[in-house]
Amino acid sequence: MRKPRDNGYGIGEICLHWLMAGLVLGLVVLGFAMRRRGIDPALQFSLYQWHKSFGLIALALAGLRVFLWLAAGRVAPAPGLGVVERRASTATHLLLGFLCLVVPLAGWAVASTTTLNIPTFLFNLVVIPPLPMARSAGAEAFWSWVHATTAYTLLALAALHSAAALFHHFVRRDGVLMRMLGRRTIDPVDTPANEGSKR
Amino acid sequence: MRYATLALAGLTLGQILLPQAVFSKTPELSQAAGTYNITGTSQIRFWVDQVGGGSINGRFTKFSGRFRIDGRSIGASSISFTLYPQSVATAEGRMEDFLRSSAVFHADAYPTVTFRSTAVRQTGDDTAVVDGMLTARGITHREQFSVRLQGLKGNAIAFNVTGNVYRSRYRMDVGTPIYLNVVKFDMDIRGVRQ
Ligand code: HEM
Ligand code: HEM
Repeated sequence: MRKPRDNGYGIGEICLHWLMAGLVLGLVVLGFAMRRRGIDPALQFSLYQWHKSFGLIALALAGLRVFLWLAAGRVAPAPGLGVVERRASTATHLLLGFLCLVVPLAGWAVASTTTLNIPTFLFNLVVIPPLPMARSAGAEAFWSWVHATTAYTLLALAALHSAAALFHHFVRRDGVLMRMLGRRTIDPVDTPANEGSKR
Repeated sequence: MRYATLALAGLTLGQILLPQAVFSKTPELSQAAGTYNITGTSQIRFWVDQVGGGSINGRFTKFSGRFRIDGRSIGASSISFTLYPQSVATAEGRMEDFLRSSAVFHADAYPTVTFRSTAVRQTGDDTAVVDGMLTARGITHREQFSVRLQGLKGNAIAFNVTGNVYRSRYRMDVGTPIYLNVVKFDMDIRGVRQ
């Protein structure tokens, strides 16, 4: 991994972050809803298919983010953070990035090991082959468990992570959330609107 | 060993039965004439192909029916058949539940699928085509099945029946296009003369 960059998040990283956040939250809700008992079976079938399609998009985006981290380096923590905060935020971000890969991979493993043998037909356009794994009830149960556990862990971590972002914004009143929203002002002091950036 | 015995039995049965095809060849149609009950040894198999290869394969274990072979004209013959979708069997219990559910057969509300022939037409020495009305989920459509005589021995008669049914016609098209619209039937019908 390259050395952290100090110049904040680019528009690509920002889009990737919010797209990914929306996808992950949507997929958890969808995953939870489609597993409910008493759901209409035809609806359940299509929800599963949408879940797999969007889940694979999430996997591709997560892969892209890790690739960007490796190729371009991660963005250095916002200035003004203490050592513990830097460590904690870096660890959280790495873990979030990692879980965003593991969760959909485990989901793909469920689809690849289930004895239901339902093809994964990405948005009814492209057949996605199963991972080379043996199908069995045991393997399906195992990967289902991994997928659910990691997914809800990801949700919990994302909640903590959002709480931290909101804490910085509303309590600390620093630029941590703003730089992920594309604003470059990282000045802890409120800048009058007509003065613009100090740089 | 068991296979060899079976094969041998099949051969002898074939030699006895096949040269005496019912339709036009010996035995005369009159020999096959009669009313038959469909027996439980019949096999009602179906499959639905899926995108990317493979298929769902299943069968029905509960069904009933009878047919009448007219001694003077095959065209005057008829068949009626009922199957109970609750008895659907596949390799996967969850798939069976899904097929029985409101998504597919809705077996609670529509416990039977019925077929009543409307026309029988001979197409070859031992083949015929049967037209009829198929009712599933309360919806009735005309369907066609191909019939091949496999043998006649005493009061026992055997046919192989094949046909394709578009499930969308019966509001059973859940899962398309992952699963194709067409359901292929391959049935071994065994009848015993009353
Ligand atoms: C970031 C991406 C994903 C998230 C956040 C996610 C989240 C979830 C959640 C919360 C559940 C419900 C777990 C439960 O309560 O039992 C679930 C179930 C499921 N997911 Fe995902 N998922 C993702 C990606 C995928 C992918 C890519 C696939 C397959 C290609 C997939 C296939 C499944 C399947 C088959 C189930 C049902 C598991 C079962 O029957 O036990 N998921 N997912
Ligand atoms: C499932 C949802 C989420 C995931 C998986 C996620 C993941 C991540 C990751 C991996 C980073 C590091 C980005 C990088 O270094 O390239 C990050 C940064 C950030 N996220 Fe999220 N995030 C999620 C939701 C949220 C939400 C809801 C908020 C706001 C309420 C938020 C606010 C932020 C902020 C402000 C940063 C930048 C922190 C900094 O200045 O370094 N995230 N997020």
